[in-house]
Amino acid sequence: MTRIGVVLFPGSNCEQDAVEAVTGLGGDADLLWHGEESLGDADAVIVPGGFAHGDYLRPGAIARFSPIMGAVARFAADGGPVVGICNGFQVLTEAGLLPGALQKNAGLKFLCTTVGLRVETTTTVLTSEARAGQILQIPINHFEGSYTCSPETLRQLHEEDRVVLRYVDNPNGSIDDIAGVCNEGRNVVGLMPHPERACHPLLGSTDGQPLLRSLLAATSPRTLLR
Amino acid sequence: MATFSVLVEVKLRPGIADPQGSTIERSLPHLGFDGIAGVKVGKAIRFTCEAADEAACRAEVDDMAHRFLTNPVIEDYDLTVHEVGA
Repeated sequence: MTRIGVVLFPGSNCEQDAVEAVTGLGGDADLLWHGEESLGDADAVIVPGGFAHGDYLRPGAIARFSPIMGAVARFAADGGPVVGICNGFQVLTEAGLLPGALQKNAGLKFLCTTVGLRVETTTTVLTSEARAGQILQIPINHFEGSYTCSPETLRQLHEEDRVVLRYVDNPNGSIDDIAGVCNEGRNVVGLMPHPERACHPLLGSTDGQPLLRSLLAATSPRTLLR
Repeated sequence: MATFSVLVEVKLRPGIADPQGSTIERSLPHLGFDGIAGVKVGKAIRFTCEAADEAACRAEVDDMAHRFLTNPVIEDYDLTVHEVGA
């Protein structure tokens, strides 16, 4: 069975949602304490949402120095699938595993609502089971979710087809409506919306399922290689 | 060794949206403050630093600012250093 390691920082608050969503889709999930230096036998990693280390200084600024992040960086460099959701996306940008940064929302409001997301590419570990152009209804829950990057980075993201998800109706002022991006290897994806909160009809949407199913599928070849 | 008082002023890079600054700027005329422009909001981080001399102190704080105190993708900083005692 595919094992997803869900990183737990002091101040994470979406780790259990991630565990529930993954197990609901037939995967297995373990919490990985941020003070650990190894990912154990995880086949993929989720860096979940929340307020790691209180978001002090900047979201992700302290979390990126947690011991486990060294293991996450090595795993990612090795091609291992890594997904950062919300605060997890902020942590991955601070850690330099993804380009750009997340800024305060343009309207200076904490946004807690469900938004439409367009799948822009299916050749990533988070979108292989989705369809290009598919519109997904997924919740957002953030204050610092406005994606920003230099014009050179934006050009590179376009040229390499690395904008993974876009907002249908931009809620936070993100540059180019960007809701999620991936790294060069397409095995590290960060997104502000919460697919793990859209994995059961009782939650109002199951549109997060194709995304997390993609992550579970992405782990398979790796497992076979062992 | 000497002790230096350090002020790191973290500011957003030019071209990066500053919604807090714009909101403050828009509010000021309503409160009767006219002719105000270019409002920017940043962070001030203060501490003391023991170092051999001012150059060593600045080098240490520059390293700290690049790796931790600022996110170079969106932020820049100004550094003020004063010796406060030997």
